[in-house]
Amino acid sequence: MSCELWAGKIEAYVDNEGSREHFAAVEEHLRTCPGCARDALSRIQLKRATAAAALRYTPSRDFRLRVEKSLRKDRKSAWALAWRPALIAATAMVFVVVASTLVWTRQIETRQAIAELVDLHVATMASANPVDVVSTDRHTVKPWFQGKLPFSFNLPDLPSTQFKLLGGKVAYVDNSPAAQLLFASGKHNVSVFIAQDQPGALSTALLGGAVRDRGFNIDAWNQNGLRYVAISDTSSADIQALADLLRAAARQ
Amino acid sequence: MGAVAQRPADSALFEELAVPLFARLYNFACWLTQDRAAAEDLVQETYVKALKGFGTFQPGTNFRAWMYRILRNTFLTSQTGLKAAQLGPLDDQADEPGTSETPESLLLARMEQQSIQSALEELPVHFREVILLCDFEEMSYQEIAQALGIPIGTVMSRLSRARKAMRALLAEKLEGVRR
Repeated sequence: MSCELWAGKIEAYVDNEGSREHFAAVEEHLRTCPGCARDALSRIQLKRATAAAALRYTPSRDFRLRVEKSLRKDRKSAWALAWRPALIAATAMVFVVVASTLVWTRQIETRQAIAELVDLHVATMASANPVDVVSTDRHTVKPWFQGKLPFSFNLPDLPSTQFKLLGGKVAYVDNSPAAQLLFASGKHNVSVFIAQDQPGALSTALLGGAVRDRGFNIDAWNQNGLRYVAISDTSSADIQALADLLRAAARQ
Repeated sequence: MGAVAQRPADSALFEELAVPLFARLYNFACWLTQDRAAAEDLVQETYVKALKGFGTFQPGTNFRAWMYRILRNTFLTSQTGLKAAQLGPLDDQADEPGTSETPESLLLARMEQQSIQSALEELPVHFREVILLCDFEEMSYQEIAQALGIPIGTVMSRLSRARKAMRALLAEKLEGVRR
């Protein structure tokens, strides 16, 4: 092989490129060829001199700081971008949790309120003396509550309707005194609880509209600072009709 | 420049990998541009591009070669780079007549470091960069191929021609010194 052909191999050798066999072959040739050995030496010297001479420019401190600052800025924005979906997801999750908790809490309150009212109504029906004032006359029943309750209310005139007033008694709903009025609708009885409107009361959960639970229909509304809750195993329409009569009487 | 979404962990990793290369990239940029202000712009742009494109970097591949490639591509599309490319047309296939002289062994003993720097400056940018990547950055041929985006065989032939040109320049300077 001519020295011309060795030139390329020597160049790779100086650049530390090639296999062990390649290095061994080059070194063997350099030992026997003064011309190529001189060429290799000059290449190594040039390479080293170039490496030394090439380190010529140093960045200023200001420039370095500027680039590092821009990196940090991009990094912050990358953080912000990266966190944005997570924040949205977290916010949505918090919203869902809060909403779920509110719905769940409301459902619990509704169930508790229904349970309390159903218990009172059923207990009244099961009692040998369901009411303390027994009268179909509203002008008898209403005055009976005077001095027993911190509020007053009007009762509708019922003779021309399907309902009949059976009487009333004092009950406790949501730990507050309430008037429990008993009405007959055909063979069904309807309890109407009238108490002061208290925002924190359990029955507040029933204000959303008519509820049906375990065969009982329940309707609740507020009027004149009082809370009315009607409960019966009669139809929802009957309860609505009685509710309308009570509302009309309250407006008088 | 299309923004590539990246995770914060990517940004931290990028900083960890890229910051140590800063001084050498700047040095390389100065050699390419021959102008400090242009070099600063080039390095700044390189870092911005690299950070934004870090999502496309394949972990396990050569990060240094990847950075140099971004810098070089940015340079080639810059005003300075376009001008430099016009001054030094590239022809990898053509081979120059080889010089049997080895003046550098004599020259190096006498020449100042400045002379080598001067010779480097005079080289066409495509020769200058391949010499710098090989001799100064001590990149392997494979790394250089990645950094320049050319086949490894082209790296070898271009390097060979660049060194011949370098030696020719040094020989000229030696003649000047002798005169």
